[in-house]
Amino acid sequence: MCLGIPGQIVSISDAENKLGVVDVSGVKREINLACIVDDEHPLESCVGDWVLVHVGFAMSRIDEAEAAMTMDILRQLGDAQEELAAMRESDEMMNRKAG
Amino acid sequence: MKYVDEFRDPEQAKVLLREIEELASQVDVGSNRPLCIMEVCGGHTHSIFKYGIENLLPKNIELVHGPGCPVCVLPMGRVDDCVALAETPGVIFCTFGDAMRVPGSKKSLMQAKAEGADVRMVYSPLDALELARRHPDREVVFFGLGFETTMPSTALTVLQAEQESIENFSLFCNHITIIPTIKAILDSPDLQIDGFLGPGHVSMVIGTAPYDFISAHYNRPLVVAGFEPLDILQSLWMLLKQMVEGRTEVENQYGRIVPKDGNAQALGAVSQVFELREFFEWRGLGSIDHSGVQIREEYVRFDAEKKFSVPDIKIADPKSCQCGEVLKGVIKPWDCKVFGRACTPETPLGALMVSSEGACAAYYQYGRLDLKTMAENSDVAEESADQGARSVA
Ligand code: SF4
Repeated sequence: MCLGIPGQIVSISDAENKLGVVDVSGVKREINLACIVDDEHPLESCVGDWVLVHVGFAMSRIDEAEAAMTMDILRQLGDAQEELAAMRESDEMMNRKAG
Repeated sequence: MKYVDEFRDPEQAKVLLREIEELASQVDVGSNRPLCIMEVCGGHTHSIFKYGIENLLPKNIELVHGPGCPVCVLPMGRVDDCVALAETPGVIFCTFGDAMRVPGSKKSLMQAKAEGADVRMVYSPLDALELARRHPDREVVFFGLGFETTMPSTALTVLQAEQESIENFSLFCNHITIIPTIKAILDSPDLQIDGFLGPGHVSMVIGTAPYDFISAHYNRPLVVAGFEPLDILQSLWMLLKQMVEGRTEVENQYGRIVPKDGNAQALGAVSQVFELREFFEWRGLGSIDHSGVQIREEYVRFDAEKKFSVPDIKIADPKSCQCGEVLKGVIKPWDCKVFGRACTPETPLGALMVSSEGACAAYYQYGRLDLKTMAENSDVAEESADQGARSVA
């Protein structure tokens, strides 16, 4: 929960609500980008950015090397697997309940 | 240096360790006691244990594992409140997975779920909001917890609910704030901390300026640190360097993530939605002034505490639990009478056993010492306490 997990923004899904899709080790999910956009770095310029994601919110822009290193330590700590599982489960839960 | 080989750059780790040892030999904190450095953040605790950093450090450095794991400091009464909310007819209670197993006075959320309460594990507060959209006939309560790292996400979710007028969504707010907590630790009479490793991701949100009082008023150095083992070693090196040179400053080792002023958007959302509570109750530490936040009047209709009747009863921690002393670094986990016996990660009595960021679970899981060695170690600790070196009990 506190360490977050790195991912790459692949698209903007809802510009009005500042939502985008992030790829975290192959798991894609919609996250909120409000905390990493400002006048100097508007929403449109976020695609391709690497970010640190905390509970569904991008909290910091990072470079790719930092992302790789962070992913590495999260894997070693066993936190990456947990975080990814939580993301996947929540995604499944949302989709299952959709109907 | 058995575990250094697991480091990303073993050579650099060895150099740092050598320099740390040399610097540590030049620092004299007096009264024959070790140099005590507290890592405030549970993420650091986890990393320190995983990489066995404690065992690599010179004997005169002691790491004290601070209260920076939000799940671990959740008092029993608040867990009971969660269970009561979850058992309210019509409610869907949403929580992060970490909080499911924290023991309440009668049951955990996990047990409440097994007994039929509609408890859902979510990854994000946004998931809870989505559930509220999908179930307009139900009341969806999100259990918000964590320090400043997760506070902005909850604040933004409340703002989103407001914007869409989602009236069946509310927040059971248990967010806590780091600065008053560090201050309470510094004011605690039975505590000796010579320096701090500052939390990385909390600081990413709040920046480094809020720590200035620690150097200015308490004369202690603080270094904001990353989570990589090399980050931690480098931060320890920076702390020792300050001590040797007689400086007490706030330094930032994690500048690649932590800007000096924090994250303006995140802080803006937090101050828009939340205000400080007069006080908040912590497991083991008791009540700390201004250490928690609550929803502002403007957003009160999203406040689960106002919307539902929450029992809000204070429950004393079980007598056999010594979580508070462990949290303050007064005793080591293995000194707790129930450690590894009645209290294990499978059957936690105290919250420090629940999460991998809790000191007790970390010792239990990664304890490279067996119980016998631990007991011997603690005898040594007691002896040195007897000599007046440091209050241990
Ligand atoms: S062993 Fe259990 S009861 Fe004792 S301090 Fe640790 S978590 Fe608390």
